[in-house]
Amino acid sequence: MIRVILPAHLRTLARITESEVKLEVAGAATLRSVLDALEARYPMLEGTLRDHVTRERRAFVRFFACQEDLSNDPPDTPLPEAVASGTEPLLVVGAIAGG
Amino acid sequence: MSKVRVLVGTRKGAFILSSDGKRQKWDVSGPHFPGWEMYHLKGSPADPDRIYASQSSGWFGQQVQRSSDGGQTWEPVGNKFVYEGTPGPHQWYDGKPHPWEFKRVWHLEPAWNDPDTVYAGVEDAAIFRSTDGGQNWQEMPGLRRHESGAKWQPGAGGMCLHTILLDPVNTARMYIAISAAGTFRSDDRGETWKPVNRGLRSLFLPNPEAEVGHCVHHVAMHSSRPDVLFMQKHWSVLRSDNAGELWQDVSGNLPGDHTVYREKDGTSKEFDQKGFGFVIDVHAHEPETVYVVPIKSDSHHFPPEGKLRVYRSRTGGNEWEPLSKGLPQSNCYVNVLRDAMSVDSLDKCGIYFGTTGGQVYASADGGDSWNAIVHDLPAVLSVEAQTIQ
Repeated sequence: MIRVILPAHLRTLARITESEVKLEVAGAATLRSVLDALEARYPMLEGTLRDHVTRERRAFVRFFACQEDLSNDPPDTPLPEAVASGTEPLLVVGAIAGG
Repeated sequence: MSKVRVLVGTRKGAFILSSDGKRQKWDVSGPHFPGWEMYHLKGSPADPDRIYASQSSGWFGQQVQRSSDGGQTWEPVGNKFVYEGTPGPHQWYDGKPHPWEFKRVWHLEPAWNDPDTVYAGVEDAAIFRSTDGGQNWQEMPGLRRHESGAKWQPGAGGMCLHTILLDPVNTARMYIAISAAGTFRSDDRGETWKPVNRGLRSLFLPNPEAEVGHCVHHVAMHSSRPDVLFMQKHWSVLRSDNAGELWQDVSGNLPGDHTVYREKDGTSKEFDQKGFGFVIDVHAHEPETVYVVPIKSDSHHFPPEGKLRVYRSRTGGNEWEPLSKGLPQSNCYVNVLRDAMSVDSLDKCGIYFGTTGGQVYASADGGDSWNAIVHDLPAVLSVEAQTIQ
């Protein structure tokens, strides 16, 4: 079971009332597999984190876990064991921008 | 009894203002989608309780929201706007080729006769259509693939397709406008398009009378006379009496500005230009009565003399009268953006406009007097009035 914490705007958009989303991911836990599972459960999140076509991360979205920035890791990189086991959450963060 | 609903899109959410036919007391609902940029909301003429809303964010991209109960509840629908094929480049600000990139939906235009059909004008400029209530969007690529497309350049606000006008009589005909490419017309339901900019004159262009490249800010039509169009261009107000084939300047006595253009060779040209602004709309029952809100100039973007005035022409242009009763007449430095004016269709036509200062002003007497319905919203991006019978 993977725990994902989403920014408030996306929780509102997807009508998620809990503070975090719990996902079962088949196979290895990677950014790609977790985001695929997230979008499968909440289709309205498609296009909000990754481009619809290129599947590239949107510029102002970041992925953090275990005090590391995983944003620029290749999408099939295994997530840290603590995330894969559900001990630590994967944080989806709207980057600081604006002022 | 008739009611009026005013849909307001702002930088930080949407608001719905409702009143009975007297339009004296208003209920304010919102913010809907707080924190999101709401570029435009518009109801279906075929079913006023069906409303579409463009919701966007620099972080999380584009959403389209749909309501089937007049804005009480909403559901996210399709947000996948993908250009047909491999889009080629348009020109960037520096004149170099720049790939077409989807950024946001500026304008949503529901069809006259079908609440499930809706058109979307987007940045970078293109038009999309949905026939299933916004779930799926298909580009109408004939516009973007027009032979002039590679020459289109963005205006300061981006290369946006901001105006969509559907001819209610000749249902194969539609118009769009792009800043800064100009106005285009299709006579075959959006399959093919032609520029309709003859008569426009833009001094910032190497050829001021070029076929494309004009910074058209907004175009308005009266549904009873769809061949007559009114345009608010970057500078000047124009009209066409032949479906855009030829435009004539009707800026008349609108306020203006003295402008100096410096040439590369060091010489300069000086011009008196009139009628800079963004919004334009037509009275619901008087097709020759037109409204604009002049702004001092393209470098100031606030009302002349700090006085917020709507200008009305009852003669289809050229002769304009300032309307100021109830509007701030000192120290007012707001702007009124291109989609932020609308009219209702009650017997005494109501006029509405919103400002970047967060006010929405309403007139229940055709513009003779004004009141602020709300004072302190986020910057207003769009205003659409619905008359509910």
